[in-house]
Amino acid sequence: MSRLAAKFEALAEAGRKALIPFITAGDPSPNFTVPMMHAMVEAGVDIIELGVPFSDPMADGPVIQRASERALAHKMSLRRVLTIATEFRKTDQETPLVIMGYLNPIEAMGYEDFANAAQRADIDGVLTVDLPPEEGQECSDLLKARGIDPIFLLAPNSSDERIRKMDAAGSGYLYYVSLKGVTGAGHLNTSDVETKLQQIRANTRLPVAIGFGVKDAQTANTVADLGDGVVIGSALISKIEENLENPELAKSEICKLLAAMRQAMDSNQKSEHGEQQ
Amino acid sequence: MTEKYNMPDDRGHFGPYGGMFVAETLIPPIQQLNAAYQQYLNDPEFIEELDTDLKYYVGRPSPLYHAERWSRELGGAQIYLKREDLNHTGSHKINNTVGQALLAKRMGKTRIIAETGAGQHGVATATVAARLGLECVVYMGAVDVARQSLNVYRMKLLGATVVAVESGSKTLKDALNEALRDWVTNVDNTFYIIGTVAGPHPYPAMVRDFQAIIGREAKQQCIEATGRLPDALVACVGGGSNAIGLFYPFIEDESVKLIGVEAAGDGVATGRHSAPLCAGRPGVLHGNRTYLMADDDGEIIETHSISAGLDYPGVGPEHAWLKDTGRATYVNITDDEALEGFYALTRMEGIIPALESAHAMAYTMKLAPTMKKDEIIIVNLSGRGDKDMQTMAKREGIEL
Repeated sequence: MSRLAAKFEALAEAGRKALIPFITAGDPSPNFTVPMMHAMVEAGVDIIELGVPFSDPMADGPVIQRASERALAHKMSLRRVLTIATEFRKTDQETPLVIMGYLNPIEAMGYEDFANAAQRADIDGVLTVDLPPEEGQECSDLLKARGIDPIFLLAPNSSDERIRKMDAAGSGYLYYVSLKGVTGAGHLNTSDVETKLQQIRANTRLPVAIGFGVKDAQTANTVADLGDGVVIGSALISKIEENLENPELAKSEICKLLAAMRQAMDSNQKSEHGEQQ
Repeated sequence: MTEKYNMPDDRGHFGPYGGMFVAETLIPPIQQLNAAYQQYLNDPEFIEELDTDLKYYVGRPSPLYHAERWSRELGGAQIYLKREDLNHTGSHKINNTVGQALLAKRMGKTRIIAETGAGQHGVATATVAARLGLECVVYMGAVDVARQSLNVYRMKLLGATVVAVESGSKTLKDALNEALRDWVTNVDNTFYIIGTVAGPHPYPAMVRDFQAIIGREAKQQCIEATGRLPDALVACVGGGSNAIGLFYPFIEDESVKLIGVEAAGDGVATGRHSAPLCAGRPGVLHGNRTYLMADDDGEIIETHSISAGLDYPGVGPEHAWLKDTGRATYVNITDDEALEGFYALTRMEGIIPALESAHAMAYTMKLAPTMKKDEIIIVNLSGRGDKDMQTMAKREGIEL
């Protein structure tokens, strides 16, 4: 069983939901990332999504766009992200690690070379924003053959047929983009998310992580309850951006926010668990 | 005659190129668009409405003009100019926006968005949006807003909102990123009119089909004027919509050479250019696989061209396919050479071309003298140069 599948199974057994932070590798500087990852694990996260910066992040809002620009200014690249992952694994063999980005850096490396390198770096999942299953068969097959989960997105306008396609193509978990828009956009409507999750559940047994637009502990808790996990990205990266002169402060602010989310999510979980069975 | 050409396949692939590489939220609108396009492509009522608009609103057919003096001066092939500069709004871009706007209307969309480089596509979009009473937002790189201020003013006059894009290199590619972000946020009521033969399927095929009127007319006009097919077609290539519009109806006519002219900027060797077919590599950007200007890590490289409309790191996937199969040839012209083409056409024929089209003129100046006097070149004069007056005057040290 993959690290991701095992993690979601263990969480379900404990009646807990996954807290999944997203940060862009190399932002604000390459040395920041590995200690940040360890600190987030300390703060109670379950899975880490590590963003690979890209020059043209079409699905991202301004906060993650600027994070990519800062990382690229330090010559961050897909290869260097894999080096960061390897470094992280030296002292953490437990936490599942997903890399998330756009297709062109993978195209430039070549699908097979990439799959081999990701396996060597002990990556657990790969989410490629602009690679839908129709175009992604070759890459997914190479990843799956190496025990790496290809992770696909679902959107508010995804049909039943589409959800079943993702169920067949993906593994590990599905990432539900909870609003029509870019990362870090406005406010999500939890009742819409709730309705959509019923449709998603009816068409897949894969765990569902919910992201886009989650900014605080209360929303994280509400959203996590609707699915199997919650992804927090722009809200964390904003802390980096607010403290560019003081990365240590950024780190502690991020951990503070994640710990608050963790606490909110766990305080609810015990009672909810019984009802959901 | 070559064998039947019927690209792309039903998933939008031109061999390894093209496709639908987009985030999940855009899959449903792209599928809806494709369904609507397939439906209306063969709908007699739609085609009649489009033809009527092209005739009475755009002013088609555009003339095929024999540039006799310039041909004589160059001493080789006979040069014919396809006068897309004479269309309403001043370029070929309106052929496509008229078509896509009719689709938007039939699909019940109330809001139009577009990206633009030189501003020609933005103007052509704002124009059709004004005519149909639709809200219109045009994304334009901040660098292009500065160098094409005349077109920015035209768009505003037409009632469009022009958003200056400050991210990345602040040019056409960044405008496209921002338009895609808008579309993903407003998919329910918004129709995205892409201006070139790039983007996810069905855009490359759809924009080509709307622009193919250029080649269909040119073929008929050439036969009427000379009794035969041309020997070569020449067109500038940024994204490649005017070139594919001219080439497409000739693809099966093997005797006709197809030559696309990319922007070499300061020269391909300097790295400061916009010539992905000549000096790039395959990759994925803006929804399709094609030749791109990217580094070894797959990051997109900033491009350079004197003409904002050619300043783009990718190119339509069908051009990538035509290059690989050898059916079309792609060459490049530097900024300085393009300026020679600009002045030559202006002074020889009394026609001021857009700086984009000037690249095609400059290559024609190299090609024509190598050909016989009874041979024929059709050059696509894709747009008029009025929008470039400030750029040109500034280069000459003149304050307008």
